[in-house]
Amino acid sequence: MSRTVDVRADAIAVERVFREAYGQAVATLIRLFGDITLAEDGVQDAFVVASDRWRRDGIPPNPAGWIVTTARNRAIDDLRRSARGRDLHEQLGMVAPTSHELGSGEWGEDGPVRDDRLRLMFTCCHPALRPEHRVALTLRLLGGLSVDEVARSFLVSESAMAKRLVRAKYKIKTARIPYRVPDEADLPSRLASVLSVLYLIYNSGLDGPERASLRSEAIRLARALVALMPDEPEAAALLALMLLSESRLPARTVDGALVLLRDQDRTTWDRAMIEEGQAIVRACIRRGRPGPYQLQAAIQAVHCDADSFEVTDWPQIVALYDQLFSVIPTPVVALNRAIAVAEVEGPNAALMTLDAIAPDLDSYHLLHAARGTMLRRLGQRDAAQAAFERAAHLAATDADRRFLAQQIEELAEGGAVMQRPPD
Amino acid sequence: MGQYLLSTYAVEGEVPGAPRGPEEMKAFMERVVALEDEMEATGTFLFGGALHDPDAATVLRSSEGDVVMTDGPFVEAKEHIAGFYIINADDLDAALAWGRKVVDAIQHPIEVRPFRATGRVQA
Repeated sequence: MSRTVDVRADAIAVERVFREAYGQAVATLIRLFGDITLAEDGVQDAFVVASDRWRRDGIPPNPAGWIVTTARNRAIDDLRRSARGRDLHEQLGMVAPTSHELGSGEWGEDGPVRDDRLRLMFTCCHPALRPEHRVALTLRLLGGLSVDEVARSFLVSESAMAKRLVRAKYKIKTARIPYRVPDEADLPSRLASVLSVLYLIYNSGLDGPERASLRSEAIRLARALVALMPDEPEAAALLALMLLSESRLPARTVDGALVLLRDQDRTTWDRAMIEEGQAIVRACIRRGRPGPYQLQAAIQAVHCDADSFEVTDWPQIVALYDQLFSVIPTPVVALNRAIAVAEVEGPNAALMTLDAIAPDLDSYHLLHAARGTMLRRLGQRDAAQAAFERAAHLAATDADRRFLAQQIEELAEGGAVMQRPPD
Repeated sequence: MGQYLLSTYAVEGEVPGAPRGPEEMKAFMERVVALEDEMEATGTFLFGGALHDPDAATVLRSSEGDVVMTDGPFVEAKEHIAGFYIINADDLDAALAWGRKVVDAIQHPIEVRPFRATGRVQA
């Protein structure tokens, strides 16, 4: 009697592994062919083959390498056959290896595959592309999301998203946006663009339950970036910032309404994520090259350290906000700093700062929510109610609106002022 | 190798940041000449110059087998192209690096746009 090992994989596992390997495979094929659309088509063809073969024979040990080999062979066949291929072939001389190199097997699986993905990140996040195009390209080419998935994440139609992607790829090709890691001199500003795209993807994932997958996608891409650029503390700090934010999400809403940090059930915070995030923050501090993401991650790490709102090291948080404000002196940083100041110097000091930045942030719901909170603590009920109403009018998400409606209701009942006397 | 148009625009006849007075004009011309020398020495410069006011323009269009002319520029707009360079550059990053130098020299915004040479100027 012979023992058989069941190597078959189910459809979900195949799709998951394929998506994990997608960005790497597309990135390598773009290097090989110098053409994004050809690379995408090749990988799409490879997926059709994979979903059949992997389910029968099991998932290969190096899925990305398998996809590259399969997609490359398909694309070369395609190139040899089609007129478009012949045109491309002529252009390939400049930007891609020759057909001899393509056929020799030294590209792809064994080549500098890791760098390919990094190159593609810098291409997709090039500052000459508009930010919404950078986000869409990153999710499509590196994240392996379908056009429809990207479209749904940003609440636009599939055809509108398809147009956006076509336009962005046209610009990359026609304007010759390079496919390489920038020089040392340009690296800081170009890396900042990559980081802001990933952070934008993460934050978009906070806007509603239907967009939650954007958060895990952003974390996955940030992990990939950190693996590719282990010496960049700002990249590591962005990952830490996402992990520390993610760790507290279970406590952030109850019954679809936002719960303030003060009232969150801290036992539901994800300890493993907190530990990973805090370890990254500590490693960053040791390097002594602070930057905006490191400071933001450090602030989150201090919050996660505290067992309760009251025992939080508020002076430390205010000091970190002071540093952050000196690097990025924006009204939003001033707003967050003011909220921390309230816990050290009281609501009056915070309110003075909030009133000073109010003209800049008049259309931002969190400014009015923060003012409402301070006014309530000072016992100014009518002014607090007006501020919360203005915040509710401006709020973009259901969770925020529900929270603000609760505040207005409590004020109307007179309960909140009683619960917390003015300090 | 690619080619790029680096163009600058006048808004209602004014070029924002343009030199005022002979001193500023002298310094401006020195910067521009130095830039063009550098472009020339590196094989970057293909062609370029400044345009006269759009009031001096004439539009020609074919009409029933004839060509008719009208006075004035083709586009009725506040903004009109005021000057340009066409440069050789390996890729957009290289073109943008030259674009920065142009902005530093002339002190007003430029547009960088890939240029597709046809006919005799083809590289």
